[in-house]
Amino acid sequence: MLSQYLFFFLSFVAVFSALLVIIDKNPVHSVLYLIVTFFSIAGHYFLLNAQFLAAVHIIVYAGAIMVLFLYVIMMLNLNKEIEPHKKNIPKVIAVVSACLLMMVFVATLKGAETTMLTSAKNSNVGLVENLGKVLFNEYMLPFELSSVLFLAGMVGAVFLSKKEIH
Amino acid sequence: MIAFIIYKSILVFVVFLVSLGIAAYSTYAERKVAAFMQDRVGPDRAGPFGILQPIADGIKMFMKEEIIPTVSNKFLFVLGPSLAMLTALMTGVVIPWGGDLSFGGQVYPLQITDINIGILYVFGVVSIGVYGIMIGGWASNNKYSMLGALRASSQMISYEIAMGLAIVALVMKTGTLSLGEIVNQQNGDWWNICYQPLGFLIFLICAFAETNRAPFDLPECETELVGGYHTEYSSMKLGFYLFAEYINIFISAAIMSSLYFGGYNIPFQHLIPVGPNILAFLQVGFFFSKIIFFIFFFMWVRWTIPRFRYDQLMNLGWKIMIPLAIFNILATGIMMFALGKV
Repeated sequence: MLSQYLFFFLSFVAVFSALLVIIDKNPVHSVLYLIVTFFSIAGHYFLLNAQFLAAVHIIVYAGAIMVLFLYVIMMLNLNKEIEPHKKNIPKVIAVVSACLLMMVFVATLKGAETTMLTSAKNSNVGLVENLGKVLFNEYMLPFELSSVLFLAGMVGAVFLSKKEIH
Repeated sequence: MIAFIIYKSILVFVVFLVSLGIAAYSTYAERKVAAFMQDRVGPDRAGPFGILQPIADGIKMFMKEEIIPTVSNKFLFVLGPSLAMLTALMTGVVIPWGGDLSFGGQVYPLQITDINIGILYVFGVVSIGVYGIMIGGWASNNKYSMLGALRASSQMISYEIAMGLAIVALVMKTGTLSLGEIVNQQNGDWWNICYQPLGFLIFLICAFAETNRAPFDLPECETELVGGYHTEYSSMKLGFYLFAEYINIFISAAIMSSLYFGGYNIPFQHLIPVGPNILAFLQVGFFFSKIIFFIFFFMWVRWTIPRFRYDQLMNLGWKIMIPLAIFNILATGIMMFALGKV
């Protein structure tokens, strides 16, 4: 019962702060709202008894990626006063493409079955030991492949940021 | 159930008060240690040996005029120090302060909660701890504060990686993420420092960087940035930032003692002829003596080593600490394989 109330509360916070991310004009406020969204999603992971995922989600997203976002935005010092005036055509195009995307989402969900999910309360799949065993036995190859992908991304970033030496 | 909640609440309250008390007396100890190292007397006016100095400082902080700059973002300006204080106090809940107490058949553990991802929890709270400084520095709307905030964030991100890699090697050795379990494993065994000396060194250096202590106190480097991220702060809001730093030192000292120095375990404690309850109190005392030694160590380093330059700090973090930490993981893996512990 309590977890149901918590679920509704967290969902409300997640959706509300996600909306504020795009409504707020100040980029720094947007980043802070996005951090609140990440925290409420981590709360959902806790409700699903996936503590490891929740902790890693906080460490990686709220603790590292958003700090870098905030860093870049503070560095560029974006604010309302110096925001350049945008033309109307890109705005119209953005609205039309957003509507099309929404239609795609609705079309996908239309055919979906509504099944009652069994309660995940007693499932221990999210605990570290089980997750590690599953990752390193059943999903060994995808896990290693995704780490190679990350490595390639890292090498690419270092390469792009390097000054050319002649 | 009710008794359980009351007991946990009392424990939370005690840990809260002890954190604040230790932080308050750390300010006094810092000045006394500095005075000792520089051959001075230090504060000696308030009470015998100046022992009431922290109380006088606290009253002074509260009585000062509170200034919120008109061009600042008021909500975020207040949120900054509050977040710094909140994240500093949050870590204490997973630290095992002592062995179990037992009264009338009931067992009362001296740890608020032993979640099975204890280390990750600490790491998560540390990683969001930087927001207090960043938000405060940005909301002040002052270029010096902003530079301090930017320095703090890039420094913390850089050293977090090496710190995490140092912990990975420790987790490989212990096979658990729970702090209570790690401390238990060191009971009657060698402390983890014997197995992970390099890991401890990396963790120690990163702890200095994460708590913004000298020689890594570039976010508040007064020779370049006036007061750094707290230039615009006054009264108790400044006090919160300074307090949060001392609480962070206290918590880092506690975590280093529990991860690498046996936590509350006293060597040969099974030979001490006392009951379990008295032993638990002895363990708390022993744990706190380790913590106080590490707090002293933090101060010792501050008054011995000069501040880094910013590029030196970044080079140390990325080009020395991270490769060393990766080497440490590799060496730990090879040792475990050679000793047949895999």
